[in-house]
Amino acid sequence: MTEQNFIPQDFTADEMMTIAAARALGNDDVCFVGIGAPSAACNVARLTHAPDITLIYESGTIGTAPDVLPLSIGDGILCETAVTTVSVPEMFRYWLQGGRITIGFLGAAQLDRFGNINTTVIGDYAKPKTRLPGGGGAPEIASSCGQIFITMKQSKRGMVEKIDFVTSFGHGEGGKAREKLGLATKGPTLLITDLAVWKTAPESGEFVVASLHPGATREQVTETCGWTPRFAETVEETPPPSELELKTLRDLKARTAAAHGKA
Amino acid sequence: MAVFQSLSQAISENLHTGDSVAFEGFTHLIPHAAAHEVIRQGIGELTLIRMTPDVIYDQLIGMGLVKKLIFSYAGNPGVGLLRRLRDAVENGWPQPLEIEEHSHAAMANAYEAGAAGLPLAVFRGYKGAGLAKVNPRIKSVTCPFSGEVLAAVPSLRPDVAVIHAQKASKKGDVLIEGIVGVQKEAVLAAKRAVVTVEEVVDDFAGVHPNSCVLPHWTVTAIAQVPGGAHPSYAHGYYERDNQSYLAWDEVAADRERFQAWMQENVIAATPEDFTARVAKVRTAK
Repeated sequence: MTEQNFIPQDFTADEMMTIAAARALGNDDVCFVGIGAPSAACNVARLTHAPDITLIYESGTIGTAPDVLPLSIGDGILCETAVTTVSVPEMFRYWLQGGRITIGFLGAAQLDRFGNINTTVIGDYAKPKTRLPGGGGAPEIASSCGQIFITMKQSKRGMVEKIDFVTSFGHGEGGKAREKLGLATKGPTLLITDLAVWKTAPESGEFVVASLHPGATREQVTETCGWTPRFAETVEETPPPSELELKTLRDLKARTAAAHGKA
Repeated sequence: MAVFQSLSQAISENLHTGDSVAFEGFTHLIPHAAAHEVIRQGIGELTLIRMTPDVIYDQLIGMGLVKKLIFSYAGNPGVGLLRRLRDAVENGWPQPLEIEEHSHAAMANAYEAGAAGLPLAVFRGYKGAGLAKVNPRIKSVTCPFSGEVLAAVPSLRPDVAVIHAQKASKKGDVLIEGIVGVQKEAVLAAKRAVVTVEEVVDDFAGVHPNSCVLPHWTVTAIAQVPGGAHPSYAHGYYERDNQSYLAWDEVAADRERFQAWMQENVIAATPEDFTARVAKVRTAK
């Protein structure tokens, strides 16, 4: 399997993923942004259809509007363009736990069909095969944000039947698992991959393919997914990137590459 | 009461074998020069505390100075995994590493509780999350008013906190601008605090009145080390040296290369070398 699940069009699967994720964000959203694809998606949303979206990075920067993508959540450009910068304890106590954030945008090393995420270890916790960075803010982002969007490239290694460690709780084993734990927030509602947009089925808590990106097939989705995927009764085609969306994303990436000294 | 000292004096007088120490900084203002001084002095058996252990913790761990790590996210920011830390956790090299793992919210609350003189931090966290099952230091309490079950972790009270800041006044008051992270809480939670600064100024006249983060009587020792946060950054002084973070990934990938790099850039270097390291990323005079 290649690194990229290629879609034969004049845009890449990666670009389609980022743009599909950007579209899911609204102007009134207050979004807790992770580094990588989530950061690109949130800033494309801000630069296109959602100019007033509030972007928050866990380093304490609130209402930030960077001209280039940050390489880490604490880059100076986030502070320079923020409405305010608060301390890290304040960020987690008042803003996240206080329920002020509508959407948390997370990535995953391992993900299951119920939106449970592992970024801690591959293998056994005490004797790991691979020690990953850990949860950081994610365990509480997953429980305190209004809803959770997840973005990742499809692969059998990443999208698995059972994750090795529950770093961030999604819908547990499905059904009313969140309610039983006393969680009032919605948890994962959307998964955007390089091949498809998946929505969470309200009754089962399971991801269901809602739309396929242009050129992507059900077979590709099935082959690159470690569980047997469910498809909606009517699977739509994700609208391809508009000229504006594509230009905005590419310009952003070009500015970022120029600023960080690598093409 | 803050005293002005050389970096080597500030470290040797305040950090001892077996201490728990927090080098804090959230991407911004990471006290690299101070950590290198600890490595040069070979102060070992340390318990390292930090929300986001990055390159300096990879270095301290790889040099065999660390017995335990308390943390919430261990990565090379914007680059990937910490390879020396992984080698210690996965293979016990150069020595086994005990880990106590939390989430960011837990660590931030635990520092705040330490600063507040409380024995524990209470917050709404870890619901359904696996860490609570593998870390016995994560417990729960029931709210006596609402009956809600909340997460509880012990407060953090390091023997020493080490931070880097932009300015100190001659009196020893410390100023931080930009991303403030968790440094104030770490210093107020610790028994002793060592601060390295870019510069020492007569006073803070003309500076925004809320920029002084720590009054002089909360700090034990201050050492002037221009460039002391490199390759992280000091807002208003120099930018993050992203190439160094990328390069670290390769250096740390190989045990021998790592040791050679440490010999050349840390053991055989001095705090003064940091000034030259930031010359190419400097944004202010």
